[in-house]
Amino acid sequence: MTIKERQDELIEEFSMFDDWMEKYEYIIDLGKDVEGISDDLKSDDYIVQGCQSRVWLIPSKEGEQLHFQADSDAIITKGIVGMVVRVLSNATADEILKADLYFVEKIGLKEHLSPTRSNGLVSMIKKIKTYALAYLAKAI
Amino acid sequence: MKINIEKIRKDFPVLHQEVNGKPLVYFDNAASTQKPKVVIDRIANYYANEHSNIHRGVHSLSAAATEEYEAARKTVQAHLNATHDHEIIFTKGTTDGINLVANGFRSILKEGDEVLISELEHHSNIVPWQMACEGTGAKLKVIPINDQGEWIMEEFHNLLSDRTKLVAVNHVSNALGTINPVEEVIHAAHSKNIPVLLDGAQATPHMGVNVQDLDCEFYALSGHKLFGPTGIGVLYGKEDWLNKLPPYQGGGDMIKSVSFEKTTYNELPFKFEAGTPNIAGVLGLKSAIDYVTAIGLDVIAEYEQELLEYGTEKLSQIEGSKIYGTAKNKASVISFLLEGIHPYDTGTILDKLGIAVRTGHHCTEPIMTRFGIPGTVRASFAFYNTKEEIDKLYDGILRVKKMFG
Repeated sequence: MTIKERQDELIEEFSMFDDWMEKYEYIIDLGKDVEGISDDLKSDDYIVQGCQSRVWLIPSKEGEQLHFQADSDAIITKGIVGMVVRVLSNATADEILKADLYFVEKIGLKEHLSPTRSNGLVSMIKKIKTYALAYLAKAI
Repeated sequence: MKINIEKIRKDFPVLHQEVNGKPLVYFDNAASTQKPKVVIDRIANYYANEHSNIHRGVHSLSAAATEEYEAARKTVQAHLNATHDHEIIFTKGTTDGINLVANGFRSILKEGDEVLISELEHHSNIVPWQMACEGTGAKLKVIPINDQGEWIMEEFHNLLSDRTKLVAVNHVSNALGTINPVEEVIHAAHSKNIPVLLDGAQATPHMGVNVQDLDCEFYALSGHKLFGPTGIGVLYGKEDWLNKLPPYQGGGDMIKSVSFEKTTYNELPFKFEAGTPNIAGVLGLKSAIDYVTAIGLDVIAEYEQELLEYGTEKLSQIEGSKIYGTAKNKASVISFLLEGIHPYDTGTILDKLGIAVRTGHHCTEPIMTRFGIPGTVRASFAFYNTKEEIDKLYDGILRVKKMFG
């Protein structure tokens, strides 16, 4: 699946829900399903800078494809970072850098894009794009 | 006298709105309080009809604006019971006031000297002193707190020494609500001729402050936490100390004469008010002070204590909730955590229910480190809040627990 297809899939999953409560319950469920990262791997190198909850993102590669593991100490954030990882994992660095991410807005979670939510999506996406750049520069 | 809550709520336009489809419950008062209509109108009227630059204008508008601005200084003087009106310096806020003093102390502090703060301080009463110490070789000493969030006074007395050049502590803790025994601190410091600065940002919204009774050398506060505008604050300083400190910023208004060879500084309070001040902010602050004075700070304090007791009791009923900050003397602030639920998750869902609380470290990371927690959820009440709103918070928390359970 492409990044676009994975986004569309998420949008469809969320289209079942009518109100915010159901959406958040689903994000919480997604958060609980995220495998997470074991404590010994949670180093500062992988932390996504934010002031509210802590978020970690670890990259790995398989051929040209990049994969990401994610974790957070807050469940909602974990659900959100889980969605980001689901969309952007199994893609090439080039695809990641060129990706147009529209799923958050379509799902109706635009508030998480605001810069005041400093552990929000913007910094997670930025971190993943930085990893993609690092891959192209052969730094990972 | 009892508080007329219905009438008071009508004075605050912002309270009458829906957030996320629910009536707003505003419990983030320790971060900033809402503004009564008199304050909003005062600012609008100033800009609509009275605006002019103050102090040196010969024309009527300038003279009238100057008169209003200086009248506000007298209102603040009366409010804090300062001896002189020139002991009232208008600043941008508490942070600005503390920085003004910390900057001045760079010319006093020497290597081997100490500045004594506490573990309960807001970052704005930590960092300016770290900066002053860095520049002078002085050391920062910290009064520790106990599990209730109170200063360990025995430790304080041990830390106070001939090396201490200033004690800079908060009157009320923003993160935990502790009302600190500042009288004892001031008394002990004065017995060793050590001056004391109080960070009054969280005290002034909840209680009357009398700087002559307290006898502190400096007292800093913020207008926006006192139902006034943002960007305006007050630094009270004893006359001799304000004369002793060098100016903080150079510019217009703070000078007597300027030549390229030598500049003579103006007298107090103008020495510390460089540039065109926040005139509208000052007038708004005056209105805010007049407003709370008319209600009565005693009446406000009594009502808020009622809210605090009610809220504490309700939250204690919730299984798995833990309140941080259980001091005997507390302002109307409840910092808490729900077992196994990150404060950010709690705050996000409460927001969806129209309840505004603050989550995180509240700019007091050392306190969070002390308790070994990432942060708390903080509900802070003002006199326009009600028990019904606390019930909504209670219901909201039950819902949060259900969602994350």
